[in-house]
Amino acid sequence: MDPTQSKQEYQKYVDKKSPNSPTGKNIFNAFWTGGLICSIGQIIMNICKERGFDQTTSGTIVSIILIAIAAILTGLNIFNKIGKFCGAGSLVPITGFANSIVSPAMEYKSEGYVMGVGGKMFTVAGPVLVFGISSAIIVGLLYLIFNTQAVTLV
Amino acid sequence: MNINWANVFDWMQLLRCFLVGGAICIIGQILIDKTKLTPARILVIFVTTGAVLGGLGIYKYVVDFAGAGATVPLTGFGYNLAKGTIESAQQNGLIGVFTGGVKAAAGGIAAAVFFGYIASLIAKPKIKKQ
Amino acid sequence: MKKIGKQTIKFDTPPTISECSSIVGPKEADGPLCKYFDQTLEDEFWGEETWEKAESKIIKENVSGLIAKSGIATTDIDFIISGDLLNQCISSSFGLRDTNIPYLGIFGACSTFAESLCIGSICVEGFAKNVICATSSHFCTAEKQFRFPLELGNQRPPTAQWTVTGSGAALLSQDGQGPFITHITPGKIVDLGIKDANNMGAAMAPAFVDTLITHFKDTGRDPSYYDAIISGDLGYIGKEISIDIAKSRGYNIASNYNDCGVMIFDKNAQDTHSGGSGCGCCASVFSGFWFKHLKEKKVKKLLLIATGALMNSTSSQQGESIPGIAHAVAIEV
Repeated sequence: MDPTQSKQEYQKYVDKKSPNSPTGKNIFNAFWTGGLICSIGQIIMNICKERGFDQTTSGTIVSIILIAIAAILTGLNIFNKIGKFCGAGSLVPITGFANSIVSPAMEYKSEGYVMGVGGKMFTVAGPVLVFGISSAIIVGLLYLIFNTQAVTLV
Repeated sequence: MNINWANVFDWMQLLRCFLVGGAICIIGQILIDKTKLTPARILVIFVTTGAVLGGLGIYKYVVDFAGAGATVPLTGFGYNLAKGTIESAQQNGLIGVFTGGVKAAAGGIAAAVFFGYIASLIAKPKIKKQ
Repeated sequence: MKKIGKQTIKFDTPPTISECSSIVGPKEADGPLCKYFDQTLEDEFWGEETWEKAESKIIKENVSGLIAKSGIATTDIDFIISGDLLNQCISSSFGLRDTNIPYLGIFGACSTFAESLCIGSICVEGFAKNVICATSSHFCTAEKQFRFPLELGNQRPPTAQWTVTGSGAALLSQDGQGPFITHITPGKIVDLGIKDANNMGAAMAPAFVDTLITHFKDTGRDPSYYDAIISGDLGYIGKEISIDIAKSRGYNIASNYNDCGVMIFDKNAQDTHSGGSGCGCCASVFSGFWFKHLKEKKVKKLLLIATGALMNSTSSQQGESIPGIAHAVAIEV
């Protein structure tokens, strides 16, 4: 049976032939590494609170510290190995966001600081800011228009 | 400075944080393995979901329950943007809608940009040996 | 020189591949074919500031190494036909700008080496005395252009292939003792709708089989005629798929068929997933491994079919499928 008779058939055949990612192992690693990163964040946050910072400031401090750690590990050429092992475990926490800004900045240094580092820094993380900020503004506008308890955050 | 270490290592709180944070990452891992989505798309999905769930008032409960387990993942970044927007909208109306979100997330964004710039000054990318 | 069958060219005075030269990077040097390459690099920069400059240096040094090895004066070389994966083929044109040899830059993605052998052998049969065919690729420049920054902590799917850092170059001459290029079968573009840029082998396999079978039909040969049938860089998955498709069309190639992308790395020890890829893969494995086997007459009849995926990052972001191509070169001693 020739699998190349139609595109649909070939796609089906290719899907069958291509090995799947080791999802069980990946999920396990993503779970415990992701949980661990969050727990480190929680410990930092608790320390901040103990030292008298409020909830919001503590959250910001946690973000900055985790971003700094991720940036240092990226700069030391370690983060990509961590990312390969952890998968979503290091991508989904704020560490992944930091890595996605630091890694193109390092990569495109060869094209100069302005258009290379400056211009390409957001090739991966730019969409996160665009969609994050835009959707937050839409949420805010809906809140202003309807001002209902359906949108009750605070 | 007196730190009450029993409060810092509140094991039940850390366990909730660990489980919820890990569970959110599992969703991300399933997206990586089962779809052809690139890392950028996955991050966008998480940040948008966080903003929407934040706006609907749902994500607040996850944050109350899991603390950093909900705020450290990128959904928390989206939640933070939405929360900041609404808080500021309550105070300043329409102009607050535009200023609140980024103000709330400013620390993270500025830190990432700054450290990215510093890293590009001193570090060089290397081939992945493995 | 005449056309036989649908798309095959048969040479009356077959051009000789008189010399080959290869340079590969550090990871390829760790692989099972290490001892066959002329030169291996310690690191991916090779003393240059950027990877792009390093790739240009690789092709430049490889071509000058080839000229030195062959003992032919630079002035006796009529053309260099060369290409690579980078936009506008900058590795080749920047690397070769000081050679003072007429230059034809070509692009056929990972099939470029076979494409340059096709064009080169036509030139040699026609009028040229000596033609150099060369290609290069570099893991870091290819990742940068087609995928993600190196330091991004992402996971490569099991179907992904690893772009080879390296270059291969062949000198085609009118006179010589062989091995001879007796036939070429330039392939046509085949697209079966695969869109996954992390599964190039599956996208290119139908083009490979198409060229393979057309070659057999045009020449009246069958798979058993050749000691070895070598595809460019289909990788493990593409190789399996190709054997399957060929079998379903009545050609059994399982026994004497191998793939350069499969050969160049140790899949388990080097974690290269589906194998090697890139213009430099087929070129360096042919120039390093197969040419030496042909020279020593361990392999007497070789069919080299390099495959290419004719896409770029814009086309894949726009949701286009990946057109595949494959060119066949029959080499006999």
